[in-house]
Amino acid sequence: MRPILTAALMLLAWAGLAQAQEKVVRLAVTTSFHNSGLAEVLLPEIRRDLGLTVQLLVVGTGQALRLGQAGDVDAVLVHSRAAEEEFVAQGWGTHRREIMYNDFVLIGPEDDPAGVAGAAGAAEALQRIATAGAPFVSRGDDSGTHRRERALWQAAGIDPLHASGRWYREAGAGMGAALNIAAGMGAYVLSDRATWLNFGHKDGLRILFEGDPALFNQYAFIPVNPERHGHVKADLVAALEAWLTSEKGQRLIGVYEIDGQKLFVPNAAQEGSDG
Amino acid sequence: MWEIWQGIIAAARLLVTLDADLVEITLRSLQVTLTAVAIGSAIALPLGAWLAVQRFRWRRAVIATLNALMGLPPVVVGLVVYLLLSRSGPFGALGLIFTPTAMIIAQVIIVVPLIASIAHQAIRELWSDYHDLLLSLGASKRQRIATLIWDARRALLTAGLAGFGRAIGEVGAIMIVGGNIDHATRVLTTAIALETSKGDFALALGLGFVLIGLALLVNYAIHALSRTEREGRW
Repeated sequence: MRPILTAALMLLAWAGLAQAQEKVVRLAVTTSFHNSGLAEVLLPEIRRDLGLTVQLLVVGTGQALRLGQAGDVDAVLVHSRAAEEEFVAQGWGTHRREIMYNDFVLIGPEDDPAGVAGAAGAAEALQRIATAGAPFVSRGDDSGTHRRERALWQAAGIDPLHASGRWYREAGAGMGAALNIAAGMGAYVLSDRATWLNFGHKDGLRILFEGDPALFNQYAFIPVNPERHGHVKADLVAALEAWLTSEKGQRLIGVYEIDGQKLFVPNAAQEGSDG
Repeated sequence: MWEIWQGIIAAARLLVTLDADLVEITLRSLQVTLTAVAIGSAIALPLGAWLAVQRFRWRRAVIATLNALMGLPPVVVGLVVYLLLSRSGPFGALGLIFTPTAMIIAQVIIVVPLIASIAHQAIRELWSDYHDLLLSLGASKRQRIATLIWDARRALLTAGLAGFGRAIGEVGAIMIVGGNIDHATRVLTTAIALETSKGDFALALGLGFVLIGLALLVNYAIHALSRTEREGRW
């Protein structure tokens, strides 16, 4: 037994060594942000400029805020304003800093059985889906996209939960997984534009409705409050925030594109205007 | 069908070019799982042997429980380990959450019941052969357990490999406690889940084939090293 134990302890020590880097910040981001691919552009630049390794935890907005509340991450980058403001108001985050925005789009099968393409607004588009009883895939994971989708149903005056399990299908999955499911079922689905553009398995789906101001999607950065969690790396997080809102960071966000389409519009306000 | 071919091509490309990211996550998969199986075996093998030789009141219930725990849902293990290791949890001060160590802890919990159950089964049969001999030699309990573990080593190897098989392909627990962080806690299974969610089925499948190949390789290597099926019964 002793050689096995020795080997195990050595492996464990190796595991410990592998994480003994100095400047590391843990940032919880939403699946929609990560699926956009922007992180792969920004993180190497951050490492070069600040010597800082940003470890991304890719989860839904709901879970991202939970991780922040537990102190398991140093900051969060999410997109659900009401939840963010509550997070800050309860003292879990120090402040909310807007970084950039993009928009949500309504995706569906190319033949558009519910006819949402001609709708006047997002609410009308959803009403047409409900009237037609066409399958609709909901994220169902309390993410920022899911919260927006629920708000849109509410604005449309429909409670889709009555149709849960029939045409309204709650996947309980990330954005990419929900798109996979929608592709498989020929269903409608609400997606952020970035994930959609970067998604590899479009398979008969396309954007059917876009452009309504109700589909605006703001991303904000919130540092976890060091008064609640003394171990968070507040100074490194401040450096990261400064970089993201700097002229260079904002420019890199603004020029990022996939297939010739811009994905995000940077809109960080300069110091002193915390939302 | 076409996607499966693309997956094979993607796997071949990753292997031929010895993709740096692939090498990194493959080594991390091996590191986490081999460590978990080594620690798990160090706990489970003596436990299985002890359950075979020791008679006590709740023995049957303990064995039945251990057998049932072979089906322990990894995602539940992951959640419980997360709550324990989270900064807000009882062991939060250790700062282990979202590290390979946390993943190892979760996998140890997952493999111990499996290894112990198989070990117990194998040793129980051997014990019925050895019972009279070991008692007549006046072997102490510790000596009995040591003898049984040594003489059942081939069967116990199977127990260890079963644990390895369960842990290397596991995604539910390590996703929660490891967080699938690039260059920190990403392993083959979580990378497959990530690529699937991006809709990149070819790469996901390619990684899947690498994972299967890795499992085969480890099994062949261990069989070759321990010279099974070569000499006599043991």
